Amino acid sequence: MDFAFTEDQQELFDYVREFCDEKLKPYATEVDQKREYPWDQVNMMREMDLMGIPVSEEYGGAGLGFLEWAVIGELLSGACTTTGAVYGAHMLAEYPIMFFGTDEQKEKYLTPLATGESVGAFGLTEPGAGSDAGSVRTSAVKDGDDYILNGTKIFITNGGDAEIYVVVANSRPERGMRGITAFILEKGMEGFEFGKNEEKMAYKSLSNRELIFDNCRVPAENILHREGRGFQVAMETLRVGRIGMAIGAVGLSQAAYDAAVSYALQREQFGQRIANFQLIQAHLADMATELQAGRLLTYLAAWRKDQGLPFEKEAAMAKLKTSEVCAAVTSKSVQIHGGYGYCSDYPVERYMRESKLFEIVEGTSEIQRLVIAGQLLKEAQI
Amino acid sequence: MRIIVCIKQVPDTTEVKINPETGTLVRDGVPSIINPFDENAIEAGLQLVEEHGGEVIVITMGPPQAEQALRDALAMGANRAILISDRAFAGADTLATSYVLAQAVERIGDFDLIFCGKQAFDGDTGQVGPGLAEHLGIPQITYAIDIEEVTDREIQVRRLLSDGFEVVRTRLPCLITAVKQLNEPRMPGLKSRMKAKKAEVEQWTCDCIGALADRCGLDGSPTSVMRVFSPTRQVEGERIEGETAEEKVCRLIDKLRDAQVL
Repeated sequence: MDFAFTEDQQELFDYVREFCDEKLKPYATEVDQKREYPWDQVNMMREMDLMGIPVSEEYGGAGLGFLEWAVIGELLSGACTTTGAVYGAHMLAEYPIMFFGTDEQKEKYLTPLATGESVGAFGLTEPGAGSDAGSVRTSAVKDGDDYILNGTKIFITNGGDAEIYVVVANSRPERGMRGITAFILEKGMEGFEFGKNEEKMAYKSLSNRELIFDNCRVPAENILHREGRGFQVAMETLRVGRIGMAIGAVGLSQAAYDAAVSYALQREQFGQRIANFQLIQAHLADMATELQAGRLLTYLAAWRKDQGLPFEKEAAMAKLKTSEVCAAVTSKSVQIHGGYGYCSDYPVERYMRESKLFEIVEGTSEIQRLVIAGQLLKEAQI
Repeated sequence: MRIIVCIKQVPDTTEVKINPETGTLVRDGVPSIINPFDENAIEAGLQLVEEHGGEVIVITMGPPQAEQALRDALAMGANRAILISDRAFAGADTLATSYVLAQAVERIGDFDLIFCGKQAFDGDTGQVGPGLAEHLGIPQITYAIDIEEVTDREIQVRRLLSDGFEVVRTRLPCLITAVKQLNEPRMPGLKSRMKAKKAEVEQWTCDCIGALADRCGLDGSPTSVMRVFSPTRQVEGERIEGETAEEKVCRLIDKLRDAQVL
């Protein structure tokens, strides 16, 4: 048992933290208000070699683990949540290609993703297939050596700005979930268009667009894994995606907590700093405790992934815990800030709006509970 | 082009702590970084090499732990790093330091340019760069804010002075010291940093560079630091209030008496 980072890891994280403090944090509010995809931040992540942390050096990555990927994601999200979200969503295309891709697919698609030359996105959700991911309607009909895709995906993070997409479609509807197939698509393929960018309660600069397939012709060599195994690809991707969302929530919670502590130490009422009041101290203690519990659950899930151990349950637990903690911690941070916290001059009201995302995406809290219970009961019956 | 960049490892703080007994800097527990102006010097060298081809050789005189500063420079993109370290160099002032650096540069051999930061963050003297140019007998351009033109034989540089700019042209080889506004030093990516960790840092001693022992370290230092102190904050002026001029003058005199000025 060892809770310490190695010297190399610590040095790595210190360096990334320095980057975050200097280059990301001061501009986070500006990035959000701009309502433009954060290309400057993406370019900086590329220059810092942050786009392919767990990808092997052979394919242009840093050759590190998912724990390093997670801790770096935490730092990015804490400094600029929008940048952290891009980093997390990018992995949803990178990971399935890394895990299921052939050597040719890795050469062609994983390398540009890992070096950051291209941004990635993952298309699963449809208007009628959210939590019920198995009921994908987008169709893929075999035509010679190609497949013809028709249908629409919604809410796709990095959609329209990403160059490489992993998308699932149903190639044999009569087989239900076993008819789902995953494809790698490139921006610019004929019949692959983008719809409206969603207007959201937060993440104003993050793109969440529709992917529209109108007789989009995709060569069979772009099938990821095998035909009919797309649901497996999607579930494996979501497992890692949940660690990504969990760590994003930890980063945001930490930022909200830090803001609360520094405000409590500086704000004076009744002739003293409000940090002196025990009711404020209780808030801070609860925030820090919950935050740390969520962080350790998330590190555990990432560590298990790196060890080659099953991590689905831990990833779901981490996502469930950290997203609910994030909602509570950001709300308490606004509470400690009082009226100022409700105003946009301080970033905490934005944190509170941003926090809600984590309880919804990559499986709602309700779905996480089902995933956890499913695993628990399966283990109990073995 | 062959460009040599001289750097110094300094404590990462503007508030340098001083041991009151010895009057020397307390370095324990303070993280070390490349002197910020030296990062501008490295960046300038890298940019010229990117444009004209060649290599950047980064050197430092310092204790063994200064190797980390060289690795950081390698991560930024320097091609070669040399640590000039020897017990004989301990206690060097700016004259002895610039002598040692000059000996090392002589050993490196042919070069087109030497870049230094305008001064070190900790010592603040700004003498080592100019001293090195004098030892080598080459022209120097201090406080460079823009490298305007570089040819095979000449360089034109804009200097930042307290009351304006000065544009200077001189022949190569020459020495240039960099100010902060010269450029924005790059933050190397993780892959370069991991590579730099394993890269070779050459270790040169006093014998290696053929330096004369009596010109190095404490023995070769004609100056010594009498006292090091943080600059005192200017005390704000005080307005003396009063109904009439007489009253104000009386209060002023009282204050001067209290302060034992009168």
